Amino acid sequence: MTEDNSTLSPNIPKRPRTIDVVRKNINKRNAAERRFQLYGKVAIALAISFVFILFFDIINKGKGAFVQSYIALDIYLDEQQIDPDGTRDPAVIADANYFGIIRSNLREMFPEVSSRQERRNLYSLVSSGASYQLADLVREHPEYIGNTFRLWVPADDDIDMLIKGYIDRNIPEDDRRIKDNQIAWIDKLNEEGRVKTQFNTTFFTAGDSRDAELAGILGALSGSFFTLIVTLLLSFPIGVAAAIYLEEFAPQNRLTDIIEVNINNLAAVPSIVFGLLGLAVFINFFALPRSAPLVGGLVLTLMTLPTIIISSRAALKSVPPAIREAAIGLGASKMQMVFNHVLPLALPGMLTGTIIGMAQALGETAPLLMIGMVAFIVDVPSSFTDPSTVLPVQIFLWADSPERAFVEKTSGAIMVLLAFLITMNAVAVFIRKKLERRW
Amino acid sequence: MENNQQAAPASPSIPSSQIPRDHRETVGDYTVESPRMSARDVNVHYGDKHAIKGVNLDLGRNEVLAMIGPSGCGKSTFLRCLNRMNDTVKDCKVTGDITLDNKNIYDKKLDVVELRAQVGMVFQKPNPFPKSIYENVAWGARIHGLANTNAELDEIVETSLQKAGLWNEVKDRLDAQGTGLSGGQQQRLCIARTIAINPEVILMDEPCSALDPIATAIVEDLIDELREQFTIAIVTHSMHQAARVSQRTAYFHLGDLIEIGATNDIFTRPRHELTEDYISGRFG
Repeated sequence: MTEDNSTLSPNIPKRPRTIDVVRKNINKRNAAERRFQLYGKVAIALAISFVFILFFDIINKGKGAFVQSYIALDIYLDEQQIDPDGTRDPAVIADANYFGIIRSNLREMFPEVSSRQERRNLYSLVSSGASYQLADLVREHPEYIGNTFRLWVPADDDIDMLIKGYIDRNIPEDDRRIKDNQIAWIDKLNEEGRVKTQFNTTFFTAGDSRDAELAGILGALSGSFFTLIVTLLLSFPIGVAAAIYLEEFAPQNRLTDIIEVNINNLAAVPSIVFGLLGLAVFINFFALPRSAPLVGGLVLTLMTLPTIIISSRAALKSVPPAIREAAIGLGASKMQMVFNHVLPLALPGMLTGTIIGMAQALGETAPLLMIGMVAFIVDVPSSFTDPSTVLPVQIFLWADSPERAFVEKTSGAIMVLLAFLITMNAVAVFIRKKLERRW
Repeated sequence: MENNQQAAPASPSIPSSQIPRDHRETVGDYTVESPRMSARDVNVHYGDKHAIKGVNLDLGRNEVLAMIGPSGCGKSTFLRCLNRMNDTVKDCKVTGDITLDNKNIYDKKLDVVELRAQVGMVFQKPNPFPKSIYENVAWGARIHGLANTNAELDEIVETSLQKAGLWNEVKDRLDAQGTGLSGGQQQRLCIARTIAINPEVILMDEPCSALDPIATAIVEDLIDELREQFTIAIVTHSMHQAARVSQRTAYFHLGDLIEIGATNDIFTRPRHELTEDYISGRFG
């Protein structure tokens, strides 16, 4: 063959047959490809296993946050103590010493307890919230006054940990937060059927608390919800409008070049800087309320905008030019072209960018610290201007708390955050699919 | 391209033309009586590139004008000047006068939307909107407000599809996606879409280059029928097509309009050597 080649033209240098060369290094080529595929598979396996480890760890630690131990007290409400005049006036009822009632009840259950130290240990079996629970109950049901009834009150967080089995009974008494006599009392209550563990509604209905057994996620959840509503309502229309203008209408000149570069730069600015900006502009200059979801949403809007603008512009760019030419050629104005043909095709891509931006905003902590959303807030916010915190900040606050019970609350809050994120993304993906199908 | 031109040896079988290759003035009469569109001294620059060099050309009523020439000769560029599609191209500068019914289309006061409603365009690659067949045809009429009622719009869609010879194939599936049709059907859909806005001039930029011979034949027949109602300018790479559908043919070469005349004359008695080289297949 090689000789044939040389006879064809003297100018063409002698070359070996292509197939011989190919055969010689085909194994090497295939091996390189197999190796590359292996790297890819290993990378994916690693990524998946890390995700599984993370989920397993979080669920394992956090599942306890969704249940709570309760202790049954047989309460006798003495009319003389609560409402001596029999007026059933809510103000009078609310003033009664429920704290004392709970305590004396505990003393009656364990009459052998005498020393001050022992009594204090006894009182701390139940949550400090028990007396408020009792007060609320009596206010709603004044007919209980003068009667005896069984009341399930939440156990104190340390006792809760003991009941759930997180505290090792074998280590020396001085090294654990639960004393021997407390263990004995709980065991006795358990034998009497006065201890139960059930679904922790408080976790989903209460705001933050210093007491782990009274702390709930609802405050942070509402805070995140309000904050993200503000972020979405501002960043999506502004981002999409900016992208459409820059991509379709703006003249190509130095000014738009500078704007484009700066939008890309903004996407790389550390988020805490946006927090400082929010503090200086929204709170100090415009005097908006501190710790409010409104300000949080504004700050997160600033942070999310570059992401949405960049991805929206990419989506607009990817619309085939033939579609634009077709519309223009029919005599459509630029706006008719953009809104009837280009935008519908670009919208799914824009939504993808928005999902990414919103997911970032949901997980953002640093800028919100700067505008005061890190405060300890017990009340559940009910509007955009109520002081509140958000889920990631709540996780940070709980992770910082020394009590053992907050470990599971932290993981529980992470699970709620992930559920929120997955729900949000699922809704966005659903909307995107719906838009795609129409085309 | 220049190399080709230089390298082409004079073939002894074809008689030599009178006008030598380096002659750049347009050969033939570029004017017609009462033209629909006329271009005078049109120059187009893409940045540094001089794409169209002082072209004069008239477009008569109810005629098909074919523009032929080797790739890069500027025929598509010239066509796109006629409805200002080049406006969207960055760095493109058009000078000279182009008039439609004696009104300058590059007049600053003229709204380009008005112009494009009168001068429609069919592109090289079929580009139906990713919408239903009905919507593809109806959209242009709707944005211009040509139909007051849905019944009128239905009427426009039906007649346009009939004129484009597509009605019988799609009348039962007007809600189907326009992009789901075959290539030839898509191109006829694009023609129907252009007809629907009832323009006066239709520009076609190599409308059959992406089609198979059967679809091409259908579109060519269609062009011949459309001539009764519209003025058509068609850019084509196929000389057979130019010979089949057009009444006049213009030959472009490197931005110059070399020769123009009745199609019959151009293909049987070319007067310029470049034209002859091209139609006898020596380059291009």
